[in-house]
Amino acid sequence: MTARVGVITFPGTLDDRDTQRAVRIAGLDPVPLWHRDKDLKQVDAVVLPGGFSYGDYLRAGAISRFSPVMETVIEQAKGGMPVLGICNGFQVLTETHLLPGAMLRNNHLHFICREQKLRVENANTAWTSDYEAGQEISIPLKNIDGRYVADEHTLDELEAEGRVVFRYLGGNPNGSLRDIAGITNAAGNVVGLMPHPEHAVEPLVGTGRTDGLGFFTSLLKKLVNA
Amino acid sequence: MTLDTVKHAGETPDTEQPWAELGLKQDEYERIRTILGRRPTGAELAMYSVMWSEHCSYKSSKVHLRQFGEKAPENDALLVGIGENAGVVDVGQGYAVTFKVESHNHPSYIEPYQGAATGVGGIVRDILAMGARPVAVMDPLRFGAADHPDTKRVLPGVVAGIGGYGNCLGLPNIGGEVVFDACYQGNPLVNALCVGVMKHEDIHLAKASGTGNKVILYGARTGGDGIGGVSVLASETFDDSKPTKRPAVQVGDPFQEKLLIECTLEIFREDLVDGIQDLGGAGLSCATSELASAGSGGMRVELDRVPLRDATLSPEEILMSESQERMCAIVEPGKVDRFLEICEKWDVIATVIGEVTDGERLEIFWHGEQIVDVPPRTVAHEGPVYERPFARPDWQDALQADDANKLARPETAEELREQVLKVISSPNQASKSWITDQYDRFVQGNTVLAQPEDSGMVRVDEDTNLGVAVATDGNGRYAKLDPYAGAQLALAESYRNVAASGARPLAISNCLNFGSPEDPAVMWQFAEATRGLADGCLELGTPVTGGNVSLYNQTGETAIHPTPVVAVLGVIDDVNRRTPIAFSDEGHLLYLLGDTKEELGGSAWSQVVHDHLGGLPPAVDLGREKLLAEILISASRDGMVDAAHDLSDGGLIQAVAESCLRGGKGARIVTPDDTDPFVFLFSESAGRAVVAVPRSEELRFTDMCGARGLPATRIGVVDGEEIDIQGQFSIPLAELREAHEATIPALLA
Repeated sequence: MTARVGVITFPGTLDDRDTQRAVRIAGLDPVPLWHRDKDLKQVDAVVLPGGFSYGDYLRAGAISRFSPVMETVIEQAKGGMPVLGICNGFQVLTETHLLPGAMLRNNHLHFICREQKLRVENANTAWTSDYEAGQEISIPLKNIDGRYVADEHTLDELEAEGRVVFRYLGGNPNGSLRDIAGITNAAGNVVGLMPHPEHAVEPLVGTGRTDGLGFFTSLLKKLVNA
Repeated sequence: MTLDTVKHAGETPDTEQPWAELGLKQDEYERIRTILGRRPTGAELAMYSVMWSEHCSYKSSKVHLRQFGEKAPENDALLVGIGENAGVVDVGQGYAVTFKVESHNHPSYIEPYQGAATGVGGIVRDILAMGARPVAVMDPLRFGAADHPDTKRVLPGVVAGIGGYGNCLGLPNIGGEVVFDACYQGNPLVNALCVGVMKHEDIHLAKASGTGNKVILYGARTGGDGIGGVSVLASETFDDSKPTKRPAVQVGDPFQEKLLIECTLEIFREDLVDGIQDLGGAGLSCATSELASAGSGGMRVELDRVPLRDATLSPEEILMSESQERMCAIVEPGKVDRFLEICEKWDVIATVIGEVTDGERLEIFWHGEQIVDVPPRTVAHEGPVYERPFARPDWQDALQADDANKLARPETAEELREQVLKVISSPNQASKSWITDQYDRFVQGNTVLAQPEDSGMVRVDEDTNLGVAVATDGNGRYAKLDPYAGAQLALAESYRNVAASGARPLAISNCLNFGSPEDPAVMWQFAEATRGLADGCLELGTPVTGGNVSLYNQTGETAIHPTPVVAVLGVIDDVNRRTPIAFSDEGHLLYLLGDTKEELGGSAWSQVVHDHLGGLPPAVDLGREKLLAEILISASRDGMVDAAHDLSDGGLIQAVAESCLRGGKGARIVTPDDTDPFVFLFSESAGRAVVAVPRSEELRFTDMCGARGLPATRIGVVDGEEIDIQGQFSIPLAELREAHEATIPALLA
């Protein structure tokens, strides 16, 4: 048996099909979810993929946060359902306050697309248990609004509670505070990050590395083998 | 202002009309009157003026472009040829690929961001209109001198526009070119290419047939932007009371385009359209007249139903507006409801604006009054055709006599080393990653190769690993020295790049960027380049599937270098077999394929070291190119090479440096006995590539080259952390990387 993983499509979502593929490669069952539909179709977890939902014209993620589907996602996330926000999905999660902080324009003001080294700081979340704490991975990064910010108190709290999940290595690509690339909520079921694990699941395409597959196999273990 | 109806036009034959301001010539205006048997209405005049513009009608280039059809090679792969929104090629396994390259040069100089952004948007809609999902884009770009202050205005704007629009559409940007030359100072070339994939049965064409079928306009509302973008019109010509100085440049909304793509693909999946056309240059004038002209001929449009951004737009302006992100579909009445439902799902505005009629006239109404009554073919397909005079310029002989092979050469090994670093760090030869890192190359998860590889390659089928590769190349310096050879060299380089990646070249698209057709010298360059390209395609067996001509790229009397840009599409049965450029394994043997002659005319070395352009470009041998391609493809398929890189501008040293840097490994290189080290490193002889061969494959590989008669010279080995040109000099990789990668950020960041 396997588990059902919902992948939400907002207007302007770009990486939904890629995320479905990554879910499938990991041995999970991808279920497309539509932003207007409150029904999550009994999925066991949800991924909010990357893109430019609603064009990001107001502020990245600011409109999607009000989509009907997000009402149910917020509710179930609070009940412990695993939720992963990638790039624009991370931005949506901060807008919903499932995760603290916000994303600003990159400090160099350019879109940046490159392979990015990360250190896994927390290997106890629903999405990172297949990694080891301190492990270094490399997955694609591509965004223009990727600079993570939060007030000092929040940052201290995140660090103290071990909720910084990923940190940038080999040069901070966008000016994110304390090199933060991804964080989790206190329960460890909701994770958001700017780089793209779904683009690093096959040796043939993208960067040629499969360092991102662990996100989805972690989930598989949690949902199926637990 | 009274509405200029057809009836009114018939009653007022002597009314003065602004045909000259609209860019029409007197005889063209007279011809319109003859076609209609009366003076045109304002709306008709607007339509003819944009559709008969150089951009839409190809009136100066048509007589030359015919060769692409006349000399087309026999090729079973071509499913749809020239004349549709884009050509379509059979790549096997039931898949068809459509691709095209187009220019957005003039708008990108005036407004770099929006000009470049809408260039991407336009070519993507062309591909979409064929029935395909767009899967990749590429951008061949040319700017003025890298250190010119205006380049700092134009380039970052263009790059941000391409990224801002393309990234938001979710299309991987997998290649292209960035070239600097003072000749493009006032006329940057912003060409954009898109590739799309579909199944054979999904091919759609731009035609309106079936009496009673509905004409649906969907996508963005129509605004006052881009009016007369294709002609010379300013909007105030029609009514002085309106706000003036509306930009002739369109403004893009990539989010709207993304919705339009997904919405249109869903509409295709449910088989809801009979014919479809995107709205680009000349807007509704083009879409309605082309659909009707290519179909049965009759169409009736209620123009007042067009959703507007600005309610004060006149019917003439609505017909000419080039507002982006719009499409026009022909839909059977029984399918209209479902069509509109899908549009509603994607928040896309859709409006039935008319229907196909059984007549042979395109009739347009404004609040019930008829303002257009024309035979659509006369608007769309039977525009004026000019036999422009052309003549070989009187300076051509002197230019060719100014032999680059006679320029002063480095006299010591130390000097040769300095010049190598100088060339590799020059703006044209330096790494462009500062630019290409602003484009998303990973999205869609099918990118197998992207810049700086020889070609961009995407996987088409996840189960079979079928893939396609595309490369774009052009060299204005070569074409200036000899336009016929220059066009063939662009074709040969692009063809070679695709083959070096392991894909089999199938077909081409082109973007022909030239100066003013009213200058006989420019027209000669154009005639020579098209002749060269048509002859070359015939010999290589790669048909021209379509493309674009951009003329008037000149400031005052000074034209740009003639710049034919060629995009070659290739297919690879299994993308696992692709060949990258990186030298990544120590001990692999380096072989130079092809012959190196003393050919420095138009070379990067002559430009960087001597600021010189003269002599003849490298000789073209298309038979050799074919043989080289066959060897590269076989070697890739049978796993005989680990890396391959084509040799072009910058010569052997450029290719070796790029491959070493890409793989993070050095190389020991031995100059062949009969070759001068300088010529060995810098000559730009065509028909060459360098490959890295695992020792276990050496015999098999050299046997194959020997059997087929391709010269293969062992020139060294992948080894160490420096490029060591034995007996001459060495350069540590770190020094090389700094030289190659620091230039562009230093100039532009």
